[in-house]
Amino acid sequence: MIGGLFIYNHKGEVLISRVYRDDIGRNAVDAFRVNVIHARQQVRSPVTNIARTSFFHVKRSNIWLAAVTKQNVNAAMVFEFLYKMCDVMTAYFGKISEENIKNNFVLIYELLDEILDFGYPQNSETGALKTFITQQGIKSQTKEEQSQITSQVTGQIGWRREGIKYRRNELFLDVLESVNLLMSPQGQVLSAHVSGRVVMKSYLSGMPECKFGMNDKIVIEKQGKGTADETGKSGKQSIAIDDCTFHQCVRLSKFDSERSISFIPPDGEFELMRYRTTKDIILPFRVIPLVREVGRTKLEVKVVIKSNFKPSLLAQKIEVRQNPMWFCALE
Amino acid sequence: MTDSKYFTTTKKGEIFELKAELNSDKKEKKKEAVKKVIASMTVGKDVSALFPDVVNCMQTDNLELKKLVYLYLMNYAKSQPDMAIMAVNTFVKDCEDPNPLIRALAVRTMGCIRVDKITEYLCEPLRKCLKDEDPYVRKTAAVCVAKLHDINAQLVEDQGFLDTLKDLISDSNPMVVANAVAALSEIAESHPSSNLLDLNPQSINKLLTALNECTEWGQIFILDCLANYMPKDDREAQSICERVTPRLSHANSAVVLSAVKVLMKFMEMLSKDLDYYGTLLKKLAPPLVTLLSAEPELQYVALRNINLIVQKRPEILKHEMKVFFVKYNDPIYVKLEKLDIMIRLASQANIAQVLAELKEYATEVDVDFVRKAVRAIGRCAIKVEQSAERCVSTLLDLIQTKVNYVVQEAIVVIKDIFRKYPNKYESVIATLCENLDSLDEPEARAAMIWIVGEYAERIDNADELLESFLEGFHDESTQVQLQLLTAIVKLFLKKPTETQELVQQVLSLATQDSDNPDLRDRGYIYWRLLSTDPVAAKEVVLAEKPLISEETDLIEPTLLDELICYIGTLASVYHKPPTAFVEGSRGIVHKSLPPRTGSSESAESPDAAPSGAPPSEQAAVIPTQGDLLGDLLNLDLGPPVSGPPVATSSVQMGAVDLLGGGLDSLLRSDVGGSPAMGGPGFTAPSAVMPANLGPPPSGGLGDLFDLAGGVGALSGSHVAPKTVWLPAMKAKGLEISGTFSRQVGAISMDLLLTNKALQVMSDFAIQFNRNSFGLAPAAPLQIHAPLAPNQTVEISLPLNTVGSVMKMDPLNNLQVAVKNNIDVFYFSTLYPLHILFVEDGKMERQMFLATWKDIPNENEAQFQIKDCPLSADAVSSKLQGSNIFTVAKRNVEGQDMLYQSLKLTNGIWVLAELRIQPGSPSFTLSLKCRAPEVSQYVYQAYETILKN
Repeated sequence: MIGGLFIYNHKGEVLISRVYRDDIGRNAVDAFRVNVIHARQQVRSPVTNIARTSFFHVKRSNIWLAAVTKQNVNAAMVFEFLYKMCDVMTAYFGKISEENIKNNFVLIYELLDEILDFGYPQNSETGALKTFITQQGIKSQTKEEQSQITSQVTGQIGWRREGIKYRRNELFLDVLESVNLLMSPQGQVLSAHVSGRVVMKSYLSGMPECKFGMNDKIVIEKQGKGTADETGKSGKQSIAIDDCTFHQCVRLSKFDSERSISFIPPDGEFELMRYRTTKDIILPFRVIPLVREVGRTKLEVKVVIKSNFKPSLLAQKIEVRQNPMWFCALE
Repeated sequence: MTDSKYFTTTKKGEIFELKAELNSDKKEKKKEAVKKVIASMTVGKDVSALFPDVVNCMQTDNLELKKLVYLYLMNYAKSQPDMAIMAVNTFVKDCEDPNPLIRALAVRTMGCIRVDKITEYLCEPLRKCLKDEDPYVRKTAAVCVAKLHDINAQLVEDQGFLDTLKDLISDSNPMVVANAVAALSEIAESHPSSNLLDLNPQSINKLLTALNECTEWGQIFILDCLANYMPKDDREAQSICERVTPRLSHANSAVVLSAVKVLMKFMEMLSKDLDYYGTLLKKLAPPLVTLLSAEPELQYVALRNINLIVQKRPEILKHEMKVFFVKYNDPIYVKLEKLDIMIRLASQANIAQVLAELKEYATEVDVDFVRKAVRAIGRCAIKVEQSAERCVSTLLDLIQTKVNYVVQEAIVVIKDIFRKYPNKYESVIATLCENLDSLDEPEARAAMIWIVGEYAERIDNADELLESFLEGFHDESTQVQLQLLTAIVKLFLKKPTETQELVQQVLSLATQDSDNPDLRDRGYIYWRLLSTDPVAAKEVVLAEKPLISEETDLIEPTLLDELICYIGTLASVYHKPPTAFVEGSRGIVHKSLPPRTGSSESAESPDAAPSGAPPSEQAAVIPTQGDLLGDLLNLDLGPPVSGPPVATSSVQMGAVDLLGGGLDSLLRSDVGGSPAMGGPGFTAPSAVMPANLGPPPSGGLGDLFDLAGGVGALSGSHVAPKTVWLPAMKAKGLEISGTFSRQVGAISMDLLLTNKALQVMSDFAIQFNRNSFGLAPAAPLQIHAPLAPNQTVEISLPLNTVGSVMKMDPLNNLQVAVKNNIDVFYFSTLYPLHILFVEDGKMERQMFLATWKDIPNENEAQFQIKDCPLSADAVSSKLQGSNIFTVAKRNVEGQDMLYQSLKLTNGIWVLAELRIQPGSPSFTLSLKCRAPEVSQYVYQAYETILKN
């Protein structure tokens, strides 16, 4: 399991160091600094093994988070944990920056003590954590409150506390899609897929049981459980989804057996699901690059973008970026 | 309030100041001081001198302050064990606190203080906390047991905490279950033998229920634990798989990967004919692809695992090539991994796209990536024959760019292409030679030299080219030196007249002026070869080389199987077993995939062998003669003795095939080799030198010794001492004892006939019943003189294997009828299988690899050979005497792995992998054969040969 967790600034100074296991010594802190942060060549893997000690790192702006271990840990779990740690910190004090970390180091230690025990990740849902790890010092809690906290932290629904009340019950749903396209220099589409996220903001009282459907039934194309579109409003085909993943509040076994997405949502904003489709993608734009080598040191690049949607629609905030490295390669 | 100011206290005498502040009466000031102490501790300052003062602050109602003090304690208690005792009272008191959060905090912190005296006091509070009414305390206490075990394992066992921990697996709270599982798994890892986790269908059911309810992390603990379980049959495996598959839709990639691990492992047990098997394969692909939309670090972990999965089960992702195309903004580590997988998935169907992509990549900026892309083009050429032409022309285009590292990389792969398609693309040699001067990397230089030497007769100025390299001979790396030596010898053998001087020069450079033993030895060998017998030298040095296989960097099958059991973990990221990077006892437990259900019988240990087969040397007299009489006399009517019940129908089919008329087809399919190999000239004679003349420097040397070793094989295989087959009292005074032997390709049955009766015996004749391998007497039993009472005659009966075939049970059972002037007697005996191992049973390396891959895993059987204190080399030579040939020897993580092949008289190949742990007298033998029934008997043969 995770033997220790360190946070460094861009210079390699330690801001936070928490050791969970006896096999990790103070020298591990320096080993990472010397071999990764100050390495002459950019490190080419997020996992580094230095003297039989493995370091996992992620970078957020100019802050390095490193988890260290001497055992054969679940690597995917360590990275997921590091991301989660970033989420939790952001939820508590905003952007992850050197200043924010220094200002909140006591809080971070408290969090690290709570969400990692002996290197095993524990409940890391901010909703639950915020009920008992607060920046205002200790609140005097009644016995009922205490047992409510502990049952929530350890219970089946760790992401939501009981007794939430809103005068107005509201639920917002955003569907954010990003179209990814890979095109050959000849303009041929090599691969295209849409990865979508369904983000929910829930302000609901109590323990609301929610159900969510896409065109009533999600068609997982690969499993051949296709059903015709039942809404029939737009007359379109039902969506062919290649794969989807869900927030931990969704009952996966129910989804697997009945194809229904049912859940008790966390309070506030969260990402309910992600999905991926590759079929029938209508690209919003067509990009036509024209590259002409004018001379040995001169290059002319013309990029034409054509919209593929109706004139009544309007695209905003369009940004075109060009990877300058690409030109070097052309030389 | 900003806490960052605590990081900037650098003045002198601050320890003294802090001391004063810590002892202040004001609570606020105290807290501030402790914060400063923690900040100093973080940046690495030694603040242990403040120990008593900080501990004094422990007694407080302020939870935040308490946590800070605890943090300090965890860091420094070890260096101040005596002082740490001061804290015990507070801990014990806190463990009784009405607030569950404080109880848990105390027990959690106490477990982190690694001081013996404190540990003693921890036991009682821990016992209470394990049974606490609050789940939060219980889940913390569960982990604490693992902490305590890490400090003092004996104490944990003595105090009975392990049992309490086991009980927690049935706890009502899912998080308690998950933590208990995590703790038990960790403890079990350091006690491989203890049956701590004791997984059984009931406890598995509990875990699967908890899986639906606990946190994402808990799900990971449970799935990782499930992966260690071995279901009892395919039905149980399937039902677990069904309950695990929903996890593939979890947002947490680690949950997904752990679920994939369980499925990949249990899938081994499912029959491929099952509908469910196909469904499962289909269900695995989408989540694996989705992992590639995760953050780059996770993508990296996922790609390293997909690399393993693609090698184990290529069918899962064969249609998903496009998702592995690199994006311009992928981090370099993701790009490199994607490239690897692209090559693995390349096939005739998608090669055009792949090649177009690779060509693009070769113009990228990152040097490593470009190199890998160029190399990938070469690998495509080797893998997909149809694309070879286009790959070569792409490589030539790239050489024209004159970018130094691109040219060098291209030359290295072109050498491999020559090895795969000899005499096809030699027209490009001229272009290659133009770039001779720009080569500065040893690998590229060596490759170029190899090409020049190999095609010396077609390159007019080959001698000049090689001579130019020779000038700086001593500055070259060993790789280049060895290659240069071989190339010049080749050149000499092809154009002896003009190059005599050159070859003498290089031989003297290699033998006299070099300190490198490899180089010197190779030089001497060439020298002697050339001086004693130039014709032989030509045959050896210019021998036809075996073709290289397409997959050059496959992970060795056993390692791959082991790594599949570690999906998601560091081992799968490093592609190394945990023993390679984990210190101490942890992770030493060797994991392996469950055996296929079909072969479960042969995989059992010999003691539990079905039908209780008697040891092979012991003869069994058949009591009921009547039944057998029919068998022997009406050779065609005898119903086959029913074999041991075989689990799946496919295996049953194979059995019939093997022993019925299907022999021919078996033979043919073996000689034809695996379809993956293909290509012309594949059925190279086995006399061809098996190794390569390519870069690996020791190749040539090993070959020569190999040839020498082959001679020893003629001495004949192991012969067991004679045993009594037919006791005198059962055969009216005739006692027959005997054994089987094989000498220089001839099998014989060595018999000792003793007349213990009072009358003279004469008119001997012998006949065999039909048997599994068609053993039959090659000549009549020749006993010329009558056998007088108390006289013994020794006779060797030559046997052949062209008799009628019928499957026997056991497979090596031989029923014999002996007739004399008195009566006909019947007995049966078991012959050791190694008499059937033929002399040309040595398989070529490449073919071995291909065949091993080609034989389905369910045909693999594993055995243990115990108490055999031989070294790998001794084993190898001993087995070679009985026609079990070592194809390759490798050392993997300190273990010697012998890859061996043998062929039976009926053309069945058996491939073996023998794992030898130095210092341990037990070997692990894995056998793979298209006819898995023979494995059991091959194993017995191994056992017999090695122990005699």
